[in-house]
Amino acid sequence: MFARDEKVSAIRLTAAQYAILAIFLILAYGLWRLQVMESDYYSLAAEKNRIRNVPVLAPRGKILDRNGRTIVDNYPSFSALLLRDSSRDLAADADLIGEGLHLDPNEVRARIRHFASMPQYEPIFLKEDITPDELAFIESHKNELPELDTIMVHRRLYPRNGFMAHLIGYVGEVSEDMLNQPQFELYNQGDIVGISGVERQYNAVLMGTNGSRQALVDSHGREVGRLGETDAIPGKPLKLTLDIDLQIAAEEALEGKNGAIVAMDPRTGEILAMVSRPTFDPNDFAVRVSREEWNKLVNDPDKPLLNKAIQAQLAPGSTFKIIMATAGLQEGIAQDMHVVCNGGAEFYGRYFQCWIKERHRVHGVVDITKGIYQSCDVFFYTLAEKLGIDRIAKYATMLGLGQKTGIDLPNEVSGVVPSEEWKIRNFKEKWFAGETISVGIGQGAVAVTPIQLARAIGGIASGGMLVRPHVVFPSDLPPNLTPASDTQDKVQVPLDAKNWQIITDAMADVTSPVVVDATGQTWSGTAGAAHLQGIDFAGKTGTAQTISGAAKAKLTNGKARFKNNAWFVGVSPRRNPEIVVVVLWESGEEGPLAARVAAQVIKAYVDKERSLPPKMADKPKPEGKVDVGAVWTEPDSDGGKDKLQGGHFLLDVGKSRVPLATAAPGIN
Amino acid sequence: MSRYVSFRDFDWVLLGFVLLICGLGVMEIHSATLHTKFAGSDVKQIYWILGGVGAMFLMSLVNYQALLERIHWFYIAGVASLMGVLVFGTKALGAKRWIKMPGGNHFQPSEWVKLILILAVARYFAEMRSRELSWSDFMKAGAIVGIPMLLVLKQPDLGTALTYLPIAAMGMFLGGLQWRQGLSVFLVAVIGISVVLYVPAISHHVLKGYQKQRLASYENPDLDPQGSGYQVKQSMIAVGSGGIWGGKGSQTHGAFLPIPQTDFIFAAFSEEHGFVGALGVLLLYFIVLMRLTQNAQTAPDRAGTFVVMGVVAVLSFHILVNVGMVVGFMPVTGIPLPLMSYGGSSVLFMFLALGMVMNVRMRRFVN
Repeated sequence: MFARDEKVSAIRLTAAQYAILAIFLILAYGLWRLQVMESDYYSLAAEKNRIRNVPVLAPRGKILDRNGRTIVDNYPSFSALLLRDSSRDLAADADLIGEGLHLDPNEVRARIRHFASMPQYEPIFLKEDITPDELAFIESHKNELPELDTIMVHRRLYPRNGFMAHLIGYVGEVSEDMLNQPQFELYNQGDIVGISGVERQYNAVLMGTNGSRQALVDSHGREVGRLGETDAIPGKPLKLTLDIDLQIAAEEALEGKNGAIVAMDPRTGEILAMVSRPTFDPNDFAVRVSREEWNKLVNDPDKPLLNKAIQAQLAPGSTFKIIMATAGLQEGIAQDMHVVCNGGAEFYGRYFQCWIKERHRVHGVVDITKGIYQSCDVFFYTLAEKLGIDRIAKYATMLGLGQKTGIDLPNEVSGVVPSEEWKIRNFKEKWFAGETISVGIGQGAVAVTPIQLARAIGGIASGGMLVRPHVVFPSDLPPNLTPASDTQDKVQVPLDAKNWQIITDAMADVTSPVVVDATGQTWSGTAGAAHLQGIDFAGKTGTAQTISGAAKAKLTNGKARFKNNAWFVGVSPRRNPEIVVVVLWESGEEGPLAARVAAQVIKAYVDKERSLPPKMADKPKPEGKVDVGAVWTEPDSDGGKDKLQGGHFLLDVGKSRVPLATAAPGIN
Repeated sequence: MSRYVSFRDFDWVLLGFVLLICGLGVMEIHSATLHTKFAGSDVKQIYWILGGVGAMFLMSLVNYQALLERIHWFYIAGVASLMGVLVFGTKALGAKRWIKMPGGNHFQPSEWVKLILILAVARYFAEMRSRELSWSDFMKAGAIVGIPMLLVLKQPDLGTALTYLPIAAMGMFLGGLQWRQGLSVFLVAVIGISVVLYVPAISHHVLKGYQKQRLASYENPDLDPQGSGYQVKQSMIAVGSGGIWGGKGSQTHGAFLPIPQTDFIFAAFSEEHGFVGALGVLLLYFIVLMRLTQNAQTAPDRAGTFVVMGVVAVLSFHILVNVGMVVGFMPVTGIPLPLMSYGGSSVLFMFLALGMVMNVRMRRFVN
């Protein structure tokens, strides 16, 4: 045993000191590693930790009519957001979230997965336009579900009842396909962009740029301060060339019918009205359209989503005779051509009937003028035979048929101008001479869109000056947004003054109830019933068979889809017109009926020009209720800060509003 | 035996450095809790420190040799109190560690058992009969520390239980541990830990759920971003973003660093004062430890040396594990940083331990 005062081994004590030194060197290295070597990395991590980007949504620009009246506005609504940087198990919360927001939890989970590849700080939009009780759910579950947040967004308020729906289009979440297109490549998933119509065409003007607020957040995702804010740049308002008054007249004129109306100023190409029927309510699309609803719209045989003014390509029927007349006169054939109409004639071994034969009458001797106002088929069969398909095709192409007009709307179609070369290219078949005869009266393979007819016939009435139709004033657009188009803004087609006069006078006779022909016989224009007293109104009717007469006879059950399409192209005044109106009435049977529809629009235009209140606007209509969204603040019952509330109201609108456009503020 | 005892021999230099560290701790607690529900912790900490300093003076007056002579009673009382915790303790955060005291305070017996163990180990090795540690001494010393350790593990409080180990280790090392013994302990420890960690059947029985989670998230912090792996990750971000000169402390003030006034106080300090500040604090601790070792060398007897070195062992171990955790070298164990972390038990223990060191020092001039 050694004494109590025997010292502990000095070597071991020193060893212990070195061990402590070693520990401290290791720890100092740990600090060096984090604070000196990798300091930048951790500083960045700290930044990410505390800064959260909260988007500040830019409101879309309003859409206005040519007089600055609002057509499409925004209204504030709340959207439910899912913040993913609060490091919670979102999939586990999906059930509660689904319950509170009336969503399918699996859909919530699917949405979280769908957006998994996006940066964490970008929130997911869960539900748009939430109801007040859903808003209350989010407010009251701030602690249980800190990842849920709301954001006030400006939602599109479109006119009700599908007013101007095709032209305006609608907005929606940018789709996967669209993101792959160069036009949309700068957008992000979840962005609301224009899907169709003007909303799509001028999305870049209307959309604006979202801002963001850099919020300082703590580890619970609570905002504890603000670092900075990039202001949202609101979308710019877009003024259309459209006139709401005329649009209303056109919408009313086509109400209950299928088809399209285009009204254009042929001097400039400004579209004044554009209607397509049946229509749809774009407000249904502004949130998220259900698959069921969408399928219904897509599979509807009447194609409500199609803007028929630019997307329906149909046989023009007799309206094509104006193009034929132009070709015949310019080629020097039609001036002195006199044809005897006995209700039909034989060409290339086949008998071609004139429409008048169904009335058990004949046209007798027909010249170019009578050929137009009486729409004599035999005259134009003969003219077609003399011109031949290639000359017809040359003039039709020169007048803009078979090609896009270059209107500033998406998905315009080009129609068809048949020719020998066209037939070989598409059918690997030789052109039959008999086909030329059908083309002469706008049947057969020839197919046009209403907008093409407006441009062509409006151009002929303007002395051959064809304009590019457009719905937005080009001068209003920033230079980089001028639509790229193959078509020139103005094209002068050669048309001799004398020929111009012949055609336009004959077109004026179309709407005359009484016309006397060269033999002194009294006739009536095919659209004589659409005559407008005191208005220089000219035009051309068309009744286009959707199926050949022979086939129709076999299928005598008279289904609507085999009914003839009625056309009318009207101008006012007859030369250098201020307005050209094209009416397509699908299954309208008779061109003259379409003429009355066009006359309504022309009259509304002229009446307005003459400073008379438009007749259509003061038609008494039953008052309706308008759904209006609103937000307001209310002091908290605990005396705390003001609470934001949101909801909808049904507002009674007076009779002064036109029901077709009640939802669009500014329409009186 | 008469001894000359005077406060002139009190280690004022050591106390100065200790209070400097405490001051930095209070400063950081103030800064870290300023706008939280823990605001005011800094003032409470000052009271604890003042109480601790008082306790230290009292402790230094009681002759440590008298304490050593009665250590078996203290030891029995300590083990009994640990058993008491298991029976009567207050359950908090899934573990029974505290006994509720009249007056609303909670008392954590495992802290003062540390003091008893330092004395018990010191007594044992001071009276050992040979220069070299025999296997039976080895086992007995192991049992002295092992019994309370098992009781604390049972609470469960792995962190505190681990802090008992360095007391035994330091005692054995200074008491003449042979290299064969050291090696075998090392091997047994390595094999034991590996079995517990990596044989699922055993770890299932031995480790508690939260312990497994802590270990798993130490290995892969992204597994559980809100759990302990998240804490270490946030701690590393805090330390790293401090850079060389320190920053504004967004990690601490944004509550990304969980409860920064206790176990992660060093992370909070490093974030606000940077590499320079953190290294300065480490240097202060190093000075304190070297000063303590020096006191151990000048102790009047073997027991004194063992007492002081026991304190050195506990303090070093705390610093190693805590700072190691903060810089991401070690998993979360719930061991506070002595003198800086907020908490009464921890502060009192440190000052009582220092009191014992003073006690030894004041009696260094044995006649």
